[in-house]
Amino acid sequence: MNPVLKLLIEGGHLTSAQMAQVVGLTEAEVDDHLEQLKKEKVFLGWRPVLDLSRESSAAVRAVIEVKITPERGGGFNRLADRLSRFAEVESCYLMSGSYDLLIFVTGPSLQKVAGFVSEKLSTLEGVLSTSTHFMLRSYKEGGYLIDSHPEASGRLKVAP
Amino acid sequence: MKRFIARHVVDLPKSGIRDFFEIVAKMQDVISLGIGEPDFDTPWHIREAAIYALEKGKTHYTSNLGLIELRRAISKYVEQNYDVAYRPEDEVIVTVGVSEAIDLALRALVNPGDAVLYHQPCYVSYHPSVTLAHGIAIPVDTRAEDGFALNVEDVARAWRPGCKVLMMNLPCNPTGGTCDRERLEKIARFAVEKDLIVLSDEIYSELVYDGVHTSITVFPGMQERTIFLHGFSKAFAMTGFRIGYACGPAELVEAMMKVHQYSMLCAPILAQEAAIEALLRGSDAMKAMREQYHRRRDLVVRRFNGAGLKCHLPGGAFYAFPSVAGTGLSERDFAYGLLAAEKVAVVPGTAFGPGGMGFVRASFATGYESLIEACDRVDRYVQGLAKS
Repeated sequence: MNPVLKLLIEGGHLTSAQMAQVVGLTEAEVDDHLEQLKKEKVFLGWRPVLDLSRESSAAVRAVIEVKITPERGGGFNRLADRLSRFAEVESCYLMSGSYDLLIFVTGPSLQKVAGFVSEKLSTLEGVLSTSTHFMLRSYKEGGYLIDSHPEASGRLKVAP
Repeated sequence: MKRFIARHVVDLPKSGIRDFFEIVAKMQDVISLGIGEPDFDTPWHIREAAIYALEKGKTHYTSNLGLIELRRAISKYVEQNYDVAYRPEDEVIVTVGVSEAIDLALRALVNPGDAVLYHQPCYVSYHPSVTLAHGIAIPVDTRAEDGFALNVEDVARAWRPGCKVLMMNLPCNPTGGTCDRERLEKIARFAVEKDLIVLSDEIYSELVYDGVHTSITVFPGMQERTIFLHGFSKAFAMTGFRIGYACGPAELVEAMMKVHQYSMLCAPILAQEAAIEALLRGSDAMKAMREQYHRRRDLVVRRFNGAGLKCHLPGGAFYAFPSVAGTGLSERDFAYGLLAAEKVAVVPGTAFGPGGMGFVRASFATGYESLIEACDRVDRYVQGLAKS
């Protein structure tokens, strides 16, 4: 496996210079590996993982279960692609089970998200039904625990 | 009050690490490369198993030898990974860390005056443990030129009539030294020839980076004279759980149990429950940690050599053992100087025996960013010394 990909999967955010040190390559070689991963569409981009719940501009997030009609020759793909292009849609997944697509939506308010669902989402041809669930609280985000009382590491500074 | 204290305890030398620890503990913002335990917390599923056991009311004594489920899991794990079969009923004992297993083994084996061979530089407890068991500790040299592997010639040179036990720790703390099959086979033959009992502390054996770890137990004539010691602290990041085990011939395990039943009674039940989970389902998490240690090892060794500190590539464990001879400073002056000038803590090699003279131990059980920063600071310190 691409050595830089292994580091990316580990989840830390290292600069190219730091990654270079860890895998024993030059910074240029690391950047080449990253470019290669981008070309292969394995590495899609960087995103900071934020907990904005205490910000006054806190966004509203919802999870929407969407039932759609599959199309001849395209299955669910065309409609899923069309839905995904909306800026409000953070993530879109094809799921097994009682609905077809699972969509994560973010908006500045409950009304705005509800508006998106009723005006943009439900009205699309091929969408049979939607079921919207609003997120109340996040406990873990992108692998990070949202801990209001983080414990300092109790590791001794020197140990045999 | 000192007059009440047993003579052999008064005479126990103070741990070489202690002084250094006192100083580092008082400083702020030190990057410590002096920590002999994983930086990872115990994988959650293992912690969760301990929590669940607590919820289910598992709070009582277990059999002296340890939960039979744990002994069965140990027996299976050791057979699968070390190629040697032990009966869970009477050839496995669960202990309070490998530290207790070493103490039990020595107390069970050593008559006053018996000699115990051990290779150094080594873990701080080996020599004192022999002394506490009223034995005579006889050091065997290991050298940087051999990557601190153990050579039979050196064992033979140190051996004398009256030697009963050979203590081994491979991979080794602090040197990271390992032994290939060829070397081990020769040592095994020597142990058989001289009728020694071998105490093999293999606590770092999952953390081997090039090739495969071989236990000395697999060679002819060895299983019947070796006490195989292992645990969970390093591979599964369970240092604080205090849980380990010894496998060996039933008569030796029985002897160890006789001591253990009176001194400890049994290892903590919660730690035993967690250990079962580790053995059954912990290997993915262990491999992920090992991969990280591997990368960190390569990084640190490359950086130290680049800075002018000659450093061999350790085959296992998570310590680099660079020589500071090139700087003209003693290992103590280097360590104290580095701490004062750049706030990076490494442990002077002499804390681990006279063979550590001129070396320092740098643990790479720390995240990438801290390691890179620490290496930058070491580099700066060494360049600063060269200029002055």
